[in-house]
Amino acid sequence: MQTILSIGLDGLSYGMVLFIISIGLSIMMGLMRVVNLAHGAFAMIGGYLASYALRDLGVHYSVAILIAVAGTVLISIPFERLLYQRIYRKSDELTQLLLTIGITFLIIGVANFTFGPTLKPIPLPPGLSGPLDIGFRVIPTHRVFVIACGAVTALALWVLIDRTEFGIRLRAAVDNSDMADALGIRTEWIYAATFALAVGLGAFGGVVGAELLPIEPFYALRYMVTFLVVVSVGGAGSIAGALAASLLLGLADTTGKYLAPEFGEFFFYLAVILIVLLFPRGLFGRAH
Amino acid sequence: MMPEFLGIVAIALLGVAGYLLFPDDLAFLTRLIAITLLVLSLDLVTGYCGVATLGQAALFGVSAYVVGNVCLAGITDPLLLLVVGLLVGGVMGLVSGALITRFRGLPQLVLSIAFGQLVAALSNKLSSFTGGSDGLSGISPTPVLGIFNFDMYSRTAFIFSLTILAVVFVLLLRFVRSPFGLLCRGIRDDDLRAQMIGAAVYPRLVLMYAVSGAVAGIGGALNAITTGVVGLDSVSFERSAEALVMLVLGGAGNLWGALFGAVLFQIFEHIVSATNPFHWMTLVGLLLILIVVFAPRGLSHAVVVGWSKLTRREAEA
Amino acid sequence: MTSLLELHGVSRAFGGLKVNEDISFRLAPGDRIALIGPNGAGKTTLVNVISGDLAPTAGRMMLAGEDITRLRIAERVRRGLVRTFQVTRLFASLTAAENVALAIMQRKGITRRVFSLATEVPEVRVEWETLLGQLGIAHLARRPVAQLAYGQQRLLELAIGLALNPKVLLLDEPAAGVPHDEAPRILEAIERLPPEIAVLMIEHDMDLVFRFAQRVLVLANGRLIFEGAPDAVTQDAEVRRAYLGSYADARRPA
Repeated sequence: MQTILSIGLDGLSYGMVLFIISIGLSIMMGLMRVVNLAHGAFAMIGGYLASYALRDLGVHYSVAILIAVAGTVLISIPFERLLYQRIYRKSDELTQLLLTIGITFLIIGVANFTFGPTLKPIPLPPGLSGPLDIGFRVIPTHRVFVIACGAVTALALWVLIDRTEFGIRLRAAVDNSDMADALGIRTEWIYAATFALAVGLGAFGGVVGAELLPIEPFYALRYMVTFLVVVSVGGAGSIAGALAASLLLGLADTTGKYLAPEFGEFFFYLAVILIVLLFPRGLFGRAH
Repeated sequence: MMPEFLGIVAIALLGVAGYLLFPDDLAFLTRLIAITLLVLSLDLVTGYCGVATLGQAALFGVSAYVVGNVCLAGITDPLLLLVVGLLVGGVMGLVSGALITRFRGLPQLVLSIAFGQLVAALSNKLSSFTGGSDGLSGISPTPVLGIFNFDMYSRTAFIFSLTILAVVFVLLLRFVRSPFGLLCRGIRDDDLRAQMIGAAVYPRLVLMYAVSGAVAGIGGALNAITTGVVGLDSVSFERSAEALVMLVLGGAGNLWGALFGAVLFQIFEHIVSATNPFHWMTLVGLLLILIVVFAPRGLSHAVVVGWSKLTRREAEA
Repeated sequence: MTSLLELHGVSRAFGGLKVNEDISFRLAPGDRIALIGPNGAGKTTLVNVISGDLAPTAGRMMLAGEDITRLRIAERVRRGLVRTFQVTRLFASLTAAENVALAIMQRKGITRRVFSLATEVPEVRVEWETLLGQLGIAHLARRPVAQLAYGQQRLLELAIGLALNPKVLLLDEPAAGVPHDEAPRILEAIERLPPEIAVLMIEHDMDLVFRFAQRVLVLANGRLIFEGAPDAVTQDAEVRRAYLGSYADARRPA
């Protein structure tokens, strides 16, 4: 019973971290049709910035998060303007793969040069680092924090996309970009804003998830496929899909690691194969 | 007969150049050749069939592991081991092809990644067969044809590998111009049109994948035989990604791009990464970005386009 | 009269929208049929259903007596049901000769061969040379498709269709988008089609219809509203109403 609760909690929080980081990628893939393998690299940058802010500048955790998100978005701007713009809505996968792999390698190299090859911890504030007594069990506060962040993110995004003007324009541009253009919706700006949103969410996830996905230069490569896989399983552009896929895969992976640790990520990828075979467009995906 | 003849000449020249440039590091050249075979196998499915895959290393690595085990178990004739590699690779190709070519686009890519990672995870787990993170070692084949001993300077290994590369390359050059190869190119261009001329697309793709697997399997076998070790890196995602990078660098879809992309990239890597592996990553990253921006179809196409522009200008002058 | 192609009550709906409703007709060997109708009548959808691109939501289709309703595209092609596309679909990176050679080899079942050179297999070579010659594009054989003019591409599309030895040939607006000076070539090619095959052609150009068709099918709002001789088409009241709306009856000479 103990184990099930532990698996559930860890799986859920891992899934939530995956969700917070991957949802940005999902939206980007849904709108700009870009298979962005460099998404993890931007999440990593967020982690690095937060680590630096907390340990070298001594700011509070929440400020560190702000710095991480804002900083990563700023850093991503030249990439977006100069490189990503070239591949928006162009369906040649190989080109997208290569460009984004290249960007990832570049970021890894620079990260190592700037921060060195060692792991960079992101120390939690006292409020979040201890145990939480929920009555019948004592569980790590951090796990709860992460789950709460995930839920809030999902809700906020749903409100943003379903209820605001930006969201309406975004959805119009996704469905039919030519039509959206004709209606005067400035698709270029929508793309840029969406890119910033995606990168910002990734950075946020990189920071809050650092306990589970430690920050070091190879982070970008190590989790490169994980985020892509989560998005495809969920269906690009779908919040519900990304959430479902993240939680499902997070639980599958955690269960596998608890019960059969020598198998590594075998169960994660087995789950991926099964789901993709049954739902090639993703759990909640739409055909383009 | 022309392309096949050119193929032999090109590889002979590359071999001579390699021997002159790296006389003390023939082991590196031998490893380079094995990987070149992997890249050629990737060209068959990506360049000629339009299948985007980041899981090709599985075909290469599993073959290497099986050949390693077979050799350690007592079957040590190198030619026989190559045949084993070919067969294992072919079977792996059939299995992964059946899975991966079911869909197109993103699901296809994800399935290829998942397949590769599955194999990698299994390779780690089945350590009695693969040696786990330590890998297999002590693979020592008997002399080629009973005469040529695998010496520690890797001379035999180098010439053996070079010969195998030449044979495979020439056969592939012929293969891609065959009716089967032509149909695969048609499928790559427009698979609905292919159905509209009565072709069953899925079985054809799986068959091509089997051929690709066989070539990758030969590469894996060569790798095991000539280096004597097989590690987890042979099935890693990094190996698959690197192969794809080399292929697109050289230009997919004409075999020559695969050959030159693989050779140039690995030589570049050998020279640069000796200094600092992270600087190497930065440089490769920059290189990829530049290629995508300026020569998206790879160097071979850029060369062809540049050449035709040059000759046209000369004709006009 | 043996019929090559039979449609019985074929319908195709997309959700609530009935694009084809209860279509029935027969094609016999040697038939030259034009399928006309106002825009949005469902002509291309019907051809898509017949060729296997889309599944019908109701009805049956027979090809030379065999029920093909559930067959896949490639299967229908192998049995002799061939279509060409309104917007040219060719194998873009291949040459003209390779495009036709592929169709021939696929038909002959020799696409499993791995050690001969595709375009040089003797029986295949003779065929594609003849076909390209018949359509007047033999000189373009070695040219990559991307370098051909649009009209030449349409001719190539026709060549591929013929290379498959069709029993029934569905032509989807074969002259569409072809520059004026290249159109005659296509018309001649259509006139010279083998007499035994049945040809169904979607067309908008009424000159072409009168020149080519012995029978005309008119589709309007998803239904077949007329089947008969070309000169009777313009007289039919329902056809006039379909094309001209209520004006057909309204405009009477004073």
